[in-house]
Amino acid sequence: MEPLQRLRSLPIVRQVRDHDLLGLGRAAQSEGSAALEPRTKTADAVYHSVCPYCAVGCAQLVYVKDGEVTQIEGDPASPLNRGRLCPKGSASRQLVTSPLRQYRVKYRRPYGTEWEELALDTAMDMIADRVIATRRETWQDEIDTQDGRVRVNRTLGIGSLGGATLDNEENYLIKKLFTALGVVSVENQARL
Amino acid sequence: MGSNMAENHPVAYQWVMEARERGAQVIHVDPRFTRTSATATKWVQIRAGTDIAFLGGIVNYILENGREFREYVVEYTNAPAIITDEYRDTEDLGGFFSGWDEASRSYGNETWRYDGADPSPMHGHREMGAPTDQATGFGGHSAGAPCCDPPHMDPTLEDPRCVFQILKRHFSRYTPERVAEICGCSPDDLRFVARALCDNSGRERTASFVYSVGWTQHTVGVQYIRTAAIIQLLLGNIGRPGGGIMALRGHASIQGSTDIPTLFDILPGYLPMPAAQARHDLRTYIESQTAPGGIWGTVDAYIVSLLKAYWGDRATAENDFCFDYLPRISGDHSAYQATLGMMDGSVKGYFLLGENPAVGSAHSRLHRLALAHLDWLVVRDLVEIESATFWRDAPEIETGELRTGDIPTEVFFMPAASHVEKAGSFTNTQRLLQWRDQAVEPKGDARSELWFMYHLGRIIREKLANSTDPRDRGLLELAWEYPLTGATEEPDGEAVLREINGRQADGTLLSASAQLKADGSTTCGCWIYCGCYADGVNRTARRKPHWEQGLEGREWGWAWPQNRRILYNRASADPQGKPWSERKKLMWWDEASQRWVGDDEIDFAPDHGPDYRPPDGARALAAIDGRRPFIAHPDGRAWIFAPRGVVDGPLPTHFEPEESPFANLLYPQRANPPRQRFFRPANPYNPSGDSPGADAYPFVMTTYRLTEHHTAGGMSRFVPHLSELQPEMFCEVSPELAALRALEHGGWATIVTSRSAIEARVLVTERIRPLDVQGKTVHQVGLPYHWGRNGIVTGDSANDVVPLALDPNVHIEEVKAASCDIRPGRRPRGPALRRLVESYPRITRDGDVTQAPQEHAPGTRSEGR
Repeated sequence: MEPLQRLRSLPIVRQVRDHDLLGLGRAAQSEGSAALEPRTKTADAVYHSVCPYCAVGCAQLVYVKDGEVTQIEGDPASPLNRGRLCPKGSASRQLVTSPLRQYRVKYRRPYGTEWEELALDTAMDMIADRVIATRRETWQDEIDTQDGRVRVNRTLGIGSLGGATLDNEENYLIKKLFTALGVVSVENQARL
Repeated sequence: MGSNMAENHPVAYQWVMEARERGAQVIHVDPRFTRTSATATKWVQIRAGTDIAFLGGIVNYILENGREFREYVVEYTNAPAIITDEYRDTEDLGGFFSGWDEASRSYGNETWRYDGADPSPMHGHREMGAPTDQATGFGGHSAGAPCCDPPHMDPTLEDPRCVFQILKRHFSRYTPERVAEICGCSPDDLRFVARALCDNSGRERTASFVYSVGWTQHTVGVQYIRTAAIIQLLLGNIGRPGGGIMALRGHASIQGSTDIPTLFDILPGYLPMPAAQARHDLRTYIESQTAPGGIWGTVDAYIVSLLKAYWGDRATAENDFCFDYLPRISGDHSAYQATLGMMDGSVKGYFLLGENPAVGSAHSRLHRLALAHLDWLVVRDLVEIESATFWRDAPEIETGELRTGDIPTEVFFMPAASHVEKAGSFTNTQRLLQWRDQAVEPKGDARSELWFMYHLGRIIREKLANSTDPRDRGLLELAWEYPLTGATEEPDGEAVLREINGRQADGTLLSASAQLKADGSTTCGCWIYCGCYADGVNRTARRKPHWEQGLEGREWGWAWPQNRRILYNRASADPQGKPWSERKKLMWWDEASQRWVGDDEIDFAPDHGPDYRPPDGARALAAIDGRRPFIAHPDGRAWIFAPRGVVDGPLPTHFEPEESPFANLLYPQRANPPRQRFFRPANPYNPSGDSPGADAYPFVMTTYRLTEHHTAGGMSRFVPHLSELQPEMFCEVSPELAALRALEHGGWATIVTSRSAIEARVLVTERIRPLDVQGKTVHQVGLPYHWGRNGIVTGDSANDVVPLALDPNVHIEEVKAASCDIRPGRRPRGPALRRLVESYPRITRDGDVTQAPQEHAPGTRSEGR
């Protein structure tokens, strides 16, 4: 660096020159930090989303680079949150990129003491078999009631409890399939 | 009330703060001083579980001082209706209404009817399991009644049997002094809040209530909300801008999960599941669910269109549109019943789809024990939650009650896709549907629930394709074809949304539920969502910036029904169709165009003016008088007195929580008579009130959430930032309680109930103060409930100590008010933990206290003065 340039780059000089007397703005920048760019600038694409925590429905902008989520911010255009997010919403990038996220099916056999690996297709096939068998075993065509013997067409041997971060479309398929299977105890956090 | 909005819905709270900046009064009534209290203009502390007493005091204040909005009350509510002379009030029967049946511990509602109404059991909506409708239903009058107003009315509101006078009598003893004795506030606090509400209601002003699960999670939770509804109706605050009762729901799409329910008792759009009964055909269902007037007058079109969406071309008029394929309910099949079913061995297989009952459900210890009884369990989640790993690390393994090698449960952990890895819609707390785009592909085996359910259904159907068993027909004939996309073969969410929206016979997407037909020519997966995809446009994905549109933001997302933002908004105008005031105008009748106009979508027949009178034989919306805004009811009137639809009484009444150190100051009956309890050794209750053993549990306990965590922790304890912000389980206690029990700030305390004992760091704070209740000092203990054994930060689960007692209407647990003991230091480890808990008294049979050995004795008698 030339001597003059070096002099100009001194923080005290920059504080005066840039009208940043408290040194809280540009004067605080180093050569390194001046070259930094926010992840939102370098993203390949931005997608519209909604915060998955509480029910306020804050709109989010999801920044993606090389197929990975690099940042999630509040969407300023939303009339609900006007760009703001709470600590949970602000942490939602970590929610989706957490090192504790699981990406493989795990299987614990009856009386087993450890997880075992299982291929996704195998797991789906095994679950389907369990549903079919338990449904057969616990099926009720009719039950006795105060009206006498009445038709119920169901199983009480299988149940489901869903969280309330499920999409409407997901809930629709859950209720539709379980109802067609005769499963009655289809439940959700919405009860609780 | 019943909400800590600043803590739990902080981004929405910006609007409350803006209102305060403009001069609005913000009043917070809560057991604790919270972030909401700190930013309110007034905070009133009450004992947890006494909100109905407080609200009842407000009702009493309004009526005693003649502060009701008279014209609104006479024209828009059932206040003038005369009730049959067979009706007896809790004032007459010591805390019971007429119709109580001790054997079944339930009410019949025959004596709650309007005078002159058909006394035969009326048909009704919202079957909650009774084979024939008893005290349930949205009701009104017998089907086919020509006109909808109650048969006998007194518009002067003077008749002693009219609703208005019954209400006055019912709440006459809820005086400021009596309320103060129950709640632990001062009489002037109550007067202040009541006066502020009245001063801010009327033609020129409106007031609003905000609540959350602080109101719902009680054995008398539905009646909490009813009391607020009565206040808002008396003051004319429903259907008007700035009015209403706002339920702040706690999860991204918890509203959607009730609209398109994954709930046992309803089908999409709040259609009841059919009940097990002798006559079970579609026609009987429709007859029993159809109201003579209002939006429930066309149940036939809603259910037939749903059946067409479920079974497609297979559903025909000849086969009752496959109605027979629907399973029948015969009682309470809710999640807690399923847990008890696991304990009993009747429930053998279970799916947890983003839910963590081992931490998040009331009496979570019971849920862990129950999971260990299952044959198989499927857990779908982002991370390894406690419900997935209970077989190796449940606290019951440490106590020696469970042994990994003895647990038969086969567990499938299936990784789930996150909210940015799938496309779909959430419905927020304001009924607003918002579409999310998919940003990235899920990694590895992670998949959406849409993928999981679709492919599970596909595989099961393939395996059963050759079955001739009649039981499989409903499954094999199900319309289960969805376009698949991408390498993972993800079903197209928008195709599902279009099915939900519904179509005409020619495939055209519907634009309004009014187009639905009962002849099978339309399909619709959820009638209240009809119109979300009108004209082939995904309206839930509309994102016009707020600076380019009006304050209501009507072009951002889509609110059900019909993008309407304020329900019952006909009530924003007077009976003649004119705004109550210029300042509070929203919708009004325009003579020139002969339509309702204004800033919202009218929630009424759009061309029925104030002079409209229903002709004989009219049905649905055509049967609603032009002066009656409440179109969900067949009489178009809001119900101050509920002749049906609420199983625990036509009017709200103060009852003590299931577990409380106090007797009921107002009635001999202590707690809500039909509340649900489950007596068995594994599910004990604390003795309460005057019962022997109650003094072992002298403190009031309440549970709550923190900004930095989310319910059972699956989405927060595994996130580094959030774990750092709130690293440890704690309990909030007052300096007085700390002194009484030698609790040290920053040290450890053990909270004990008849279920379990948990440890927590002690937070001594003046935010939670001792209260004077019924002449004695009571201390409250506050417990956040986010922690469990897994994740980055761990701790004991508050839900381990709360009771399993439910509201009888909706089967919601009472975790916002219970009793407990608290002692200094950490809890015992291993089998000693159970010995400590079992040294306390417990109830495992109705009315029967098991008095434990006196090991617990030091410092557990009722204390303070």
